[in-house]
Amino acid sequence: MALQAIAFYLLAFTTIAAGLLVVSARNPVHSVLFLITAFFSAAGLFVLLGAEFLAMLLIVVYVGAVAVLFLFVVMMLDVDFAELRQGFAQYLPFGGAVALFIAVEMVMVVAAVATNGAAAKNGLPNASPGGVPNTEAIGRVLYTDYVFFFQLAGLVLLVAMIGAIVLTLRHKPGVKRQDIGKQIARTPKTGMELVQIKPGEGISE
Amino acid sequence: MIGLPHYLVVAAILFTIGVFGIFVNRKNIIVILMSIELILLAVNINLVAFSAYLHDVAGQIFAMFVLTVAAAEAAVGLAILVTFFRNRGDIAVDDASMMKG
Amino acid sequence: MQTLVTILVFAPIVAAAIAGLFGRRIGNVASQSVTTGALILACGLSWYTFSQWTWGHMEAFTVHLLPFIHIGDFQANWSIRIDALSATMLIVVTTVSALVHIYSWGYMAEDDSKPRFFAYLSLFTFAMLSLVTAADFMQLFFGWEGVGLASYLLIGFWFKKPSASAAAIKAFVVNRVGDFGFALGIMTTYWAFGTIQFAELFPQIAAHAGKTWEFAGHTFPLMDIACFLLFIGAMGKSAQFFLHTWLPDAMEGPTPVSALIHAATMVTAGVYMLCLLSPMFEYAPVAKNIVTVIGAVTALFAATVGLTQNDIKRVIAYSTCSQLGYMFFAAGVGAYQAAMFHLFTHAFFKALLFLGAGSVIHGMHHEQDMRRYGALAKLLPVTFIAMTIGTIAITGLGFPPLHLGFAGFYSKDTIIEAAFAAGGHNAIAMFAWVIGVLVAGLTSFYSWRLAFFTFNGKARWGHDDHHAHDDHAHDAHGAAHETHDEPLADDGHGDHGHGHDHKPHESPWVMLVPLIVLSIGAVAAGFVFVDYFVGHHQEEFWRGAIYNAPTNHVLHEAHEVADWVKWSPLVASLIGLIIAVYVYLLKGNERLGLKLAERKGPAYVFFYNKWFFDELYDATFVRFAKFLGDLFWKGGDQKIIDGLGPDGVSAVSYEVGKRTGKLQTGYLYHYAFVMLLGVAGLLTFALYAFR
Repeated sequence: MALQAIAFYLLAFTTIAAGLLVVSARNPVHSVLFLITAFFSAAGLFVLLGAEFLAMLLIVVYVGAVAVLFLFVVMMLDVDFAELRQGFAQYLPFGGAVALFIAVEMVMVVAAVATNGAAAKNGLPNASPGGVPNTEAIGRVLYTDYVFFFQLAGLVLLVAMIGAIVLTLRHKPGVKRQDIGKQIARTPKTGMELVQIKPGEGISE
Repeated sequence: MIGLPHYLVVAAILFTIGVFGIFVNRKNIIVILMSIELILLAVNINLVAFSAYLHDVAGQIFAMFVLTVAAAEAAVGLAILVTFFRNRGDIAVDDASMMKG
Repeated sequence: MQTLVTILVFAPIVAAAIAGLFGRRIGNVASQSVTTGALILACGLSWYTFSQWTWGHMEAFTVHLLPFIHIGDFQANWSIRIDALSATMLIVVTTVSALVHIYSWGYMAEDDSKPRFFAYLSLFTFAMLSLVTAADFMQLFFGWEGVGLASYLLIGFWFKKPSASAAAIKAFVVNRVGDFGFALGIMTTYWAFGTIQFAELFPQIAAHAGKTWEFAGHTFPLMDIACFLLFIGAMGKSAQFFLHTWLPDAMEGPTPVSALIHAATMVTAGVYMLCLLSPMFEYAPVAKNIVTVIGAVTALFAATVGLTQNDIKRVIAYSTCSQLGYMFFAAGVGAYQAAMFHLFTHAFFKALLFLGAGSVIHGMHHEQDMRRYGALAKLLPVTFIAMTIGTIAITGLGFPPLHLGFAGFYSKDTIIEAAFAAGGHNAIAMFAWVIGVLVAGLTSFYSWRLAFFTFNGKARWGHDDHHAHDDHAHDAHGAAHETHDEPLADDGHGDHGHGHDHKPHESPWVMLVPLIVLSIGAVAAGFVFVDYFVGHHQEEFWRGAIYNAPTNHVLHEAHEVADWVKWSPLVASLIGLIIAVYVYLLKGNERLGLKLAERKGPAYVFFYNKWFFDELYDATFVRFAKFLGDLFWKGGDQKIIDGLGPDGVSAVSYEVGKRTGKLQTGYLYHYAFVMLLGVAGLLTFALYAFR
């Protein structure tokens, strides 16, 4: 139990600290790295809860794909980041106030839920009801009850992929590419030319 | 004893940090996008925590879909950012009011 | 006989439809021929009808054409009623109309819209014919409105001229006021007697004459109310005092129109109605007195105003108004037959005067200001003779002992004698008699003034006379200005340039023939028909068309009055003639008339400005009506209904849209912030709603 508590507090603290550093780091590469840290700690929290499938998913997808994508973009764009941090101090108080207000409200909600909500009666966390491992539990419902949403999620990803390609693709001039239609439509008449060549002579251009 | 409230509080604080990040970093769009990721992460923590304590796996399914959408959104958002950068030369968005009115 | 009168009544409208709808296709000559031909046919048929009635002992009859409205007790039909009254009016209307049609061939020769004009003339004639042959109030009202419409169309014939359009509207609106009273009168009659058919109505009246109406604690005799309301309609149509303001302005229409409508026919519709409804009026003594007073006042008013006018048509218009006053007060004292007789003769000489004036205007190239006339007798001889005959007729010159004279002599003098006779037991009638004699003198003066001004004296047109310019404060311009081009200040219409370039010329024969025909009528109509209308044969002639109450012997008494009474109108006319000769004809007094006008004494100013009636009405009714109209239009309709309704809603949605649009600042962080606020709001709501 105590181990669990220590683990929880450690991970929680890491997550929150990493989050803070994400928004306040000077160097955006550092921001991305702190984001990755936050993701890792959150994955740890998930494991504590017993949802190991989702924890692995978080690391593979979020860290492995999304955060790396961020990193790529940050390093690709040549931006003057110092100038971008100018307005930071100006907005700090107001932003802080609003954020604090929201935090307080959410804590109040949490308190209400914790005391009166359905989850209050359940005691220990169990992310895999039915006694099966977490992955199997998820698998049991994902392809049966939630198959439509699953397919829809796939469609969303497809669309996002198309969107990203459409937005960023630039045809560089001078790059050779295939035009399949033209290739197939070629006939011997246009594609070939029979030339009688005398031995010893070359082809005159 | 670590109970549900603890996880929820963590999620709440993380959410707040994400919001704060958007608010404060209005020039730097990359940090804005990262703050959004933080927000989504907070939501995921919430969902999974509830899923665990309510013994219902639907929360985790939902968290998975949130993950999917977050990935898609990050991709498209960064694509837009790249295009924006190509057109303008930098990524300061606090003057970008061309869509106004 | 029945078919003949049906053809008579409908020929004009058929011709009007052909000319009006197809005029452009069939061309000018065809349109004119169709309409004129139809009118001549109608004229011939109506003289035939009249002769059958007068000398052929035809019985009165009614042709039922079609039912109009049959709702419960309210029955209205389309019919043609032929009796003495309608037979008389038929010949008056169709004769004058036919002559005007012929005349218009010449007068409107240079106009572009001849088919339209002739169509309107025929339309008017049809409406008038349906009015006079009506057998119930509905058809009478239909004809009433129809002639009002035709009057509007014809006054505003040259609609591109703003003054003509305004005059047309004025005529129609003032008529409307009268028509409102008329409609109320019809409703009162229906309410009191349950029927509007004349044949059913008239027998009932004697029995119900004493009916009364209680209102606000007072008892009103019903017959008087009904007759008074009906008389208001007559006041509007016949331009009597209070509702007369449209008649002078109606002179904006072409002169043939003035001759037809505003002299001989439309304006006499009121008189006709009064005589037709004589059974009702005989039992409404109060209404009769009102009629007498209004008629007499009109006669006086119009004569005084006509003294001072400079436009030839306006003088004749006021003369018409004045003579109508005579007809009305004749009806008022109970001498309906005399009123109808004067209507009959007046139609001839007034149409003659108008058409003659048209001939002068035509000859003077559309110059209408008499101050620019003068010495036209030799240049327009036929017109001169015709107008002189007309003037003699209207002034009523004749010789009482031999009972011999021109047309006006018989009819006007009968009216005056009747007034005196009725004055024996009715002070109002005596008042009417005094006015009648006075106005006879005034009539003579202004009629001869017109004649002398136009035909005699020195020519005030062309290069002969510069003096006419001096009168209008040209002295202030200095002696250097000797040009002819400064227009005379007031109401000179038409080209001022032409009068100097061309000599005045006589009109073509197509315009002179009607003048000659009417001259014969003006001379002989009185003499030939006097016995039938008001003399020994009047009972056989009218045969119940005009009703006289048992106590009404005024016609009989009129013939019995003292000799001095019979001489009084003639004496008054001669005095007027002598004064006119003195002022306008005598060698030494060439400019006396103009000088008197120049002095602008209070009487002159008052009479010249038509007793300031137009200004009075403008200040009261017109301004008020315009104010109300503007109030409801701008305030009520535009501001309130439109403002709150369509325009308001669209403006509000536009404003709101614009303001809301400002929320889209384009800045991402604003959007994020708003989302945040939304989250905060939701949270607060969730906290407090679901605890």
